[in-house]
Amino acid sequence: MRNEAAGPRRPVVAQESPTWHRRYLLDLDELTSQEILLLLDTAEAMREVLSREVPRVPALRGVTVVNLFYEPSTRTRASFELAAKALGADVVNITAEQSSVKKGESLLDTVRTIEALGAKVLVLRHWQSGAPYLVARYTRMAVVNAGDGWHAHPTQALLDLYTMRRHLGELKGRKVVIVGDILHSRVARSNIWGLSALGAHVVLCGPPPFLPAGWRPNEGIGGSEGIDLPRVQIETGLDQALEGAEVVMALRLQRERMQGAMAPSMREYVRLYQIDERRLSRAKPGALVMHPGPVNEGIELAPAVARSAQSVIDEQVTNGVAVRMAVLYLLAGREE
Amino acid sequence: MSSIAIRGGHILDPSQGLDIVADLLIVEGRIAAVGPDAGADVREVIDASGLLVLPGLVDIHCHLREPGLEHKETIETGALAAVRGGFTTVCCMPNTEPPLDSAPTIRWLQGRVSQVGLVRVLPIACVTRGRRGKELADLIELAEAGAVAFSDDGEPVAEPQLLRLALQYASVLGLPIVEHCEDKSLSAGGVMHEGWVATRLGLKGIPPAAEEAAVARAIALCAETGGRLHLAHISTAGSVGWLRLAKAQGIPISAEVTPHHLCLTHEIIMGEGGVPGGLLYDTNAKVNPPLRPRADADACVAALAEGAIDCIATDHAPHSVEEKLCEFDLAAFGISSLETALALCLSLVHQGRVSLGRLIEAMTIGPVRALGLHRHVPGLGTLAVGAPGDVTIVDPEREWRVEPDCFASKGKNTPLAGRTLRGKVVCTIYGGKVVWKE
Repeated sequence: MRNEAAGPRRPVVAQESPTWHRRYLLDLDELTSQEILLLLDTAEAMREVLSREVPRVPALRGVTVVNLFYEPSTRTRASFELAAKALGADVVNITAEQSSVKKGESLLDTVRTIEALGAKVLVLRHWQSGAPYLVARYTRMAVVNAGDGWHAHPTQALLDLYTMRRHLGELKGRKVVIVGDILHSRVARSNIWGLSALGAHVVLCGPPPFLPAGWRPNEGIGGSEGIDLPRVQIETGLDQALEGAEVVMALRLQRERMQGAMAPSMREYVRLYQIDERRLSRAKPGALVMHPGPVNEGIELAPAVARSAQSVIDEQVTNGVAVRMAVLYLLAGREE
Repeated sequence: MSSIAIRGGHILDPSQGLDIVADLLIVEGRIAAVGPDAGADVREVIDASGLLVLPGLVDIHCHLREPGLEHKETIETGALAAVRGGFTTVCCMPNTEPPLDSAPTIRWLQGRVSQVGLVRVLPIACVTRGRRGKELADLIELAEAGAVAFSDDGEPVAEPQLLRLALQYASVLGLPIVEHCEDKSLSAGGVMHEGWVATRLGLKGIPPAAEEAAVARAIALCAETGGRLHLAHISTAGSVGWLRLAKAQGIPISAEVTPHHLCLTHEIIMGEGGVPGGLLYDTNAKVNPPLRPRADADACVAALAEGAIDCIATDHAPHSVEEKLCEFDLAAFGISSLETALALCLSLVHQGRVSLGRLIEAMTIGPVRALGLHRHVPGLGTLAVGAPGDVTIVDPEREWRVEPDCFASKGKNTPLAGRTLRGKVVCTIYGGKVVWKE
């Protein structure tokens, strides 16, 4: 694993938490387990704030947070907006449709303009992998990656870790199975890094075309010599994968990727990879069922499973606000 | 009578097996003598003691961008970049706007080249009209106008039947087809090698089979038609395997490899940390075919050392800053490489993986033979008496830092920025005239 620090320009909340010193949250891959736990513990405190009658604290009063979204998103954008408002920040939402993007303005030009307007924190969702990394190199704003292409979605992974931890306590040694389209999933990638940092046993399961290079059976695989990916277990068969699992995370299927393009059909996928009650019975009793949403009804999860007592899908959404408050607070908290 | 004497250099000319410390005399633009005390009475003298004296380097694959794409490069800036890199002859690819697909465009290019005058430019013309892959260009007329080969570089000739036709005409004309081997249905949307780094970065990969399947197909058509086939920029161990097999069967084929596919690997796109998030997404390392893993680069080095790969070509592909300073998926493919090619390749010599003689062969007589350029310019790529007075003088031990802002090329797009290389071109002579001197 790579652990080089990203060279932050100055500590942001150094007095309060000596272990947090980053201006960016771009992915979980470069965070230490202590940093991840600090974020999760801070989220716990934020959850307490959200349970108050007036769920607000003035921690970021006077700070402007800009949500710049180049991809449609309902829940992630709303979650960041609520999180920023709960901390007393001013929030501006910009989506690609409204902005100058359509006039041919480049990403960096747009970001420079936002900085010149006085924003302190930029929350960026972009359909191209690496876009927030480019931006972070050319701005002094704090940057939060709210999802980039197939690459990373660190706040989603943090809320997943937070949800797992609330139910299971320590994650070390816990078997977590991620099922579906790993190749195109930023949620899977960020979760794999975060879970590995916390010592969980990660199993990936999906049709072979949906397993990316480095996490395919019969090839040089993550964790081996010269391959800087976490070591995970790969299973193409769902039944073996689920054996004894404590968490089952199904990924959203993009319909346009099915229908003959990468899988024979939705029907075939459902036959082989849908989490239904029979298959779920192979997991540990009470295993958590998770999904980053939105769920394709009856595809990734059988409806009965999605609505069962084991499903924590709605709780994931709720926890997302607390986690994003923690991220914004730590990144921007006491700046200037 | 204009003449230059180059004194006391280490003269290396693989075409003649020449490897001596001696003097070299150029008279009236041609090599006049090689030996001790050649041209003792000449006034223009270059002291080359401790330096390598080589035939002018030859690059059979570069993009000069003119006409139409002058924001990336012009014939003049490209020529300046070439001579600084030690090249006195370059073959330019026809993917300009308009493309070089007709005799008038070739003649226009030759006119511009002679105005610039720094370097010999031998044009490669399109295989198909407009590079559209639909119908053959007028190959015979193009050959008469001075095209030395045909290629739709950047695009493969996608239709097998069309490539077969082109090879049949090529066999009559005695000119090679230079094929960019890529099966577009396998590479579609890909922006880097399909491997663990692409997974790490969440970028769409280009599998090695996209190149290898196209190499195999081209070899089958070459074997059947007997037309000369030259494989552009091969990059994988699998392609090297097909190439060896084809040569063992006597199929009339040759191949080139670029300095970056020999010396760099896909990890370079991640960078070495020290940036926010620790991942660089270096668009300056985005190139087609993509940089591959170490095992592929090693297979290419071994094949070059043994001669299975005939030569080195730069695939110099300059782009403007805006075309690289953007999201990785949007960035243009290509590396500006004329000015770093020799020094980067010399690292293989310093590491003991390729002999100096073989490397120089692969950058002089190797490319000349691969495309049959000696039939257009007798003596090209050699220091034989009577050959063109093209000479490159190199300080093999000199260390220098790659600073793209100091490039003569308009293309500052190199993943080598800031890197220290060993071996520097100190003087380039073209047709008996010093065209670059430090």
